[in-house]
Amino acid sequence: MYLIKEARFLAPDIKLFRIEAPRIARKRKAGQFVIVRVHDEGERIPLTIADSNTDDGTVTIIVQNAGKTTRLLNMMEEGDSVLDIVGPLGDPSHIENFGTCVVIGGGVGTAIAYPTAVEMKTQGNHVIGIVGSRNKELFILEDEMRATTDAFYPMTDDGSYGEKGFVTNKLAEICEKQKVDFVLAIGPIPMMRAVANVTRDLGIKTVVSLNPIMVDGTGMCGGCRVQIGDETKFACVDGPEFDAHLVDFDTLIARNSLYKEKEQKDLAEFQANPLVVLEQVRHQCRLDQVEEAIKARN
Amino acid sequence: MDRLPPKERMKISRSSMPEQDAKDRARNFLEVNLGLPVLAAQHEAQRCLDCADPKCVGACPVGMQINDVVTLVLDGDFIGAAKKIREDNVLPAVTGRVCPQENQCEGACVLGKKMDAVAIGYIERFVADYERETGNVGLPDLKPSTGKKVAIIGSGPAGLSCAGDMAINGHDVTVFEALHEIGGVLVYGIPEFRLPKDIVKNEVENMKNMGIKFETNVVVGKTITIDELMTEEGFDCVFIATGAGLPKFLKIPGEHLGGVYSANEFLTRVNLMKAYDPEKYDQPIYDCRGKNVAVVGGGNTAMDSVRSALRLGAKNAYIIYRRGEDEMPARKEEVHHAKDEGVQFMTLVNPVSFLGDEKGNLKVAHLQRMELGEPDASGRRRPVPKEGSDFEMPLDVAIIAVGTGANPLVQSTTPDLDTTDRGYILADEETLATSKPGVFAGGDIVSGSATVIRAMGAGRKAAKAMHEYLTAQAPV
Repeated sequence: MYLIKEARFLAPDIKLFRIEAPRIARKRKAGQFVIVRVHDEGERIPLTIADSNTDDGTVTIIVQNAGKTTRLLNMMEEGDSVLDIVGPLGDPSHIENFGTCVVIGGGVGTAIAYPTAVEMKTQGNHVIGIVGSRNKELFILEDEMRATTDAFYPMTDDGSYGEKGFVTNKLAEICEKQKVDFVLAIGPIPMMRAVANVTRDLGIKTVVSLNPIMVDGTGMCGGCRVQIGDETKFACVDGPEFDAHLVDFDTLIARNSLYKEKEQKDLAEFQANPLVVLEQVRHQCRLDQVEEAIKARN
Repeated sequence: MDRLPPKERMKISRSSMPEQDAKDRARNFLEVNLGLPVLAAQHEAQRCLDCADPKCVGACPVGMQINDVVTLVLDGDFIGAAKKIREDNVLPAVTGRVCPQENQCEGACVLGKKMDAVAIGYIERFVADYERETGNVGLPDLKPSTGKKVAIIGSGPAGLSCAGDMAINGHDVTVFEALHEIGGVLVYGIPEFRLPKDIVKNEVENMKNMGIKFETNVVVGKTITIDELMTEEGFDCVFIATGAGLPKFLKIPGEHLGGVYSANEFLTRVNLMKAYDPEKYDQPIYDCRGKNVAVVGGGNTAMDSVRSALRLGAKNAYIIYRRGEDEMPARKEEVHHAKDEGVQFMTLVNPVSFLGDEKGNLKVAHLQRMELGEPDASGRRRPVPKEGSDFEMPLDVAIIAVGTGANPLVQSTTPDLDTTDRGYILADEETLATSKPGVFAGGDIVSGSATVIRAMGAGRKAAKAMHEYLTAQAPV
């Protein structure tokens, strides 16, 4: 079991967790992810690592409510534990001095883009940040992104904060005005596809981080296979970052909706009585702690 | 039980394994084989001729002292028999269920020349189950602590077997596992109806009671490297037993469609994540109820997959295999079980492509018929496509069970570890020592896909060499 040392909402439905996992904290690099299993009957879900702290041995993940598992996780508090966390998985972001980089975060994807933006800046890139969200309430990591970028553009769909419009509007505008050498885009699949479409004809190297359905995360199951050009790749061991211009986004979207029915059913059941489920999980977790303590004493 | 004279013993016919009725079991995940009752087990033990030079022992990859075990069973000392087994085999309840005994101990039994071999597997299983069910575990005696630290990478059969022997020899053993459960292929691969997970759990508990430590959620190569284990965490010796985990696909059009799985993924969802119980567990699997499901392949993994699909409610469950039934690598028993349960075999057939609907889900398989040509490198006759034999069939789920390759995570982060051109780890045949001092490797990551017991044999072989390596070092 892995202790949650800090848990706080960054925005409605978006929560930051610092989880005690010293081995992972020590090894983790920007762009890598963990797989979390909240409880014994739960599924394994991949979550990108936003940050780590080697002093207190924690990794930071930022989780947005989506299905049952993320909602359950987001109900957990400091002092609770998750049953399993494994990582760091995947290849780290490829960092080098490209020149001018545009780092784009869409919604909770910003949490994933942010550590790579920091590394890009450290490598001497001129880093331009664009962060998009549906509205002002859901806007996250603004201070952090501002601090690490040379220019920063907040965008909202409804204009309630920053400029009204999509991140691609801003990207196209920037690319018209100046030379851009590299683009990193992390967010919802339609956003990443739109970014790829903007930069494809301009010939700007563009990388996206993919989030296909995954089970083990070590290359064993092949469930996370994605079409990259004419090759099949496993996002867990060959990615999660890929050349945006080669990604078959349609297949990714189709594969990600494979289990929609079961997911919706589980979610509906969970939402009918979320606190009961949370209590069951906490109860089991405390039982396990007691059992571990007894074993340790013997 | 009194021993009969040899002539009388040879009159006894081999016991048959009681099993769940095929119609019932095809729709549930409960164990198929039910195990021999006490009297039947002793009855079977009576058939053993107690050879002076028991061939069965030599044919066992872990060298179990089968003749002594059989004698103890005849004497009614079942816990003694368990203890005797455990001297050589840490997973008797597992091997008693999944070993291909017909090719090993039973294949070498002298009775087999004239009649049916002694059902050694059934006896082994009986002893292990008796031990577990009565709660009297016959753990082997441990030698005094050597103070040497041993890391085992992977908790599948090779890793567990090596861990057991190293613990018996007094070493401080830690097993690292990438997944959240201990057991490797025993928990993610082999289905509940052939190997109940509680049995694996019980064996792991026994190993914990031998002082072996287990750490789950550690992906060696990612979470920590071999070098870090040896320098920073003070391990004196390492055994790599990561298995052959990388699934192979057919590389034909349409494999990205929803409903197309690797056998690894399908079985992992069903077994490890318990997707067969969707009311209780969250990890989803494609709803097979009323669907047409085909498994491509002819090995044990293919049989496990197709029988799982049937139990998940498939309307039609097919095996599609490009060679003939005689060439199938699966155990005959598994093929028979599958057929009895209603699995349909399409042999000398190979998929050419998969076609889907507008949502990206599999709907149709495009197949072609094959015929057998000249023998290939494996000695089996090579299947060649028959011109103009293409046909289509409706299909909702396709499970690809055509083998696995080497997972590169450990090799790619351990620079001084030599590998073959296919990525398997090179290890000395006798000692299983790798090119890196203090590091040994065995099981599927060295040999390519094999069986549980072969992997366990490798674990033992490595343990012997590792023990020698550690005792040759200066004492702590």
